[in-house]
Amino acid sequence: MSAQFWSMGGYAGYVWPCYAFASGVLGWNLWAARRHYLEARRRARRALDMMEADRA
Amino acid sequence: MTVTTSQGIAAGSSPGDAVGAIGAAAAIMRRELSLSFRRPEHLVQPLVFFLIITTLFPLGLSLQLSQLRDMAPGVLWGAALLSSLLSLDALFKSDADDGTLEQLALSGQGLTVIVIAKTVAHWLVTGAALVLASPLVATALDIPASAFALMMSSLVLGTLTLSWLGAIGAALTVGLKRGNVLISLIVLPLAMPLLIFGASATERAISGTSAAGPLYLLAALCVLATTLAPFAASAALKISLD
Amino acid sequence: MWTWFYRLASPPYVYGLAAALLPWLLGSAALAIGAGLVGGLVVAPPDYQQGDAFRIIYVHVPGAFLSLMVYCIMAAAGAIGLIWRIKMGHAVAAASAPVGTSFTLIALVTGSLWGKPMWGTYWAWDPRLTSELILLFLYVGIMSLRSAFEDSQRGDRAAALLGIVGVINVPIIHFSVQWWNSLHQGPTIAKIGAPSMPGSMLWPLLSMLLGFALFFGAVLCMRLKGEILIRERQSTWVREAVGS
Repeated sequence: MSAQFWSMGGYAGYVWPCYAFASGVLGWNLWAARRHYLEARRRARRALDMMEADRA
Repeated sequence: MTVTTSQGIAAGSSPGDAVGAIGAAAAIMRRELSLSFRRPEHLVQPLVFFLIITTLFPLGLSLQLSQLRDMAPGVLWGAALLSSLLSLDALFKSDADDGTLEQLALSGQGLTVIVIAKTVAHWLVTGAALVLASPLVATALDIPASAFALMMSSLVLGTLTLSWLGAIGAALTVGLKRGNVLISLIVLPLAMPLLIFGASATERAISGTSAAGPLYLLAALCVLATTLAPFAASAALKISLD
Repeated sequence: MWTWFYRLASPPYVYGLAAALLPWLLGSAALAIGAGLVGGLVVAPPDYQQGDAFRIIYVHVPGAFLSLMVYCIMAAAGAIGLIWRIKMGHAVAAASAPVGTSFTLIALVTGSLWGKPMWGTYWAWDPRLTSELILLFLYVGIMSLRSAFEDSQRGDRAAALLGIVGVINVPIIHFSVQWWNSLHQGPTIAKIGAPSMPGSMLWPLLSMLLGFALFFGAVLCMRLKGEILIRERQSTWVREAVGS
């Protein structure tokens, strides 16, 4: 079963890269979105700190 | 000079009046044309660019002359699209930089009228000139003279449509310092259908089969662009100006 | 109905909504994609013509479908932002663009990997893939235009307008590419025989489609939170959200 499954009827060289690429892109989406959010939060925090400093 | 012209436009038209709008459009067009004829390099440069691109392909591919004819429509159309785009980023730029555009917009004529006048004037300077020069390039690419009429009419439709698309791109990027690469990036994907139908019409004209199908499709695109693009471009100018 | 619509224009409400929806979307996306993977790779029988190579469909078609759907969502959100001057519309559009681009890439790469065993070449100028490539260019143009403006509001509105122009053009491009292809090539192998597809092959595809859509929703929520913070960093409610 296992070896037969991985060989994909001889198309392993096409099927698995497709799934690898797709999961890589989905993973990148999560990572990039998370980074985007953290960066935005950092910028918002810095803007708030500067406003506070101006007031003081 | 430019200021007095635009003041003249403002004085000579009653806002909201259709006749006034046409008069204002004619005045803007006259001004655009006289400006570009005063600086002939604007007229010549796109044409020379057109010639250079069409020279690149035969030299780069070193083909037999008979094969040249097979790829001539694609080369011709690719070169026509690129060289029309070349001059497009200047469409609104100088007038936006020196404030003429805002003054025209304040003169009571809608931005749409200005967009139409400037785009048509631009097409008369670059697009029409390119169409007139195309037999020269076509001869060099081994396109038979019997195909010229159809080829030129397809180029008229195609370059006019591209001018409308380019007007949208130019209006979107008018406030940017480095807008010229961005214009190509924005406009060329939208122009792919033009290339497909235009090159195909030319190809059929060369082979002597009926070119009516792609020519009608090009005409439909041209009508669509002429009706919608002025509004899109004036909306884009509004975004860039305020 | 209208109060709900108005609340959707309020940044703190949308921020809270996105934060609340995120775990549910992410979880259900994982479930649907997991079920689709098991169904597509193990349960579904090999295709009688394409053998096991047809299993690429379970990532290719969801990628292609979502790339178009996300483009439409992006254009609609941008139009809402442009016409009614609703900032959240622009935030949704800005958050959608990179995700849509990545789905376009999935469709292109898996499509050409599928093409190799089927057509003998990675790139056969298949009309569907060519349209997908032009869609990628449209996405890149919109994202470049948005980032070219220093004033983010202007960038938002310019990108929204270009998105609307693009939406009118997408069907024209698709038609023209198909028309062009019909001249130059013989019949290409029909990849999807959707109506004749047996249930054991079809349900994993639907599950993957649902999973990709839910995944898009989850990533949209994550990016939307960031976009809202960038646009609202002067507001007082952000102080609590950021927690400083």
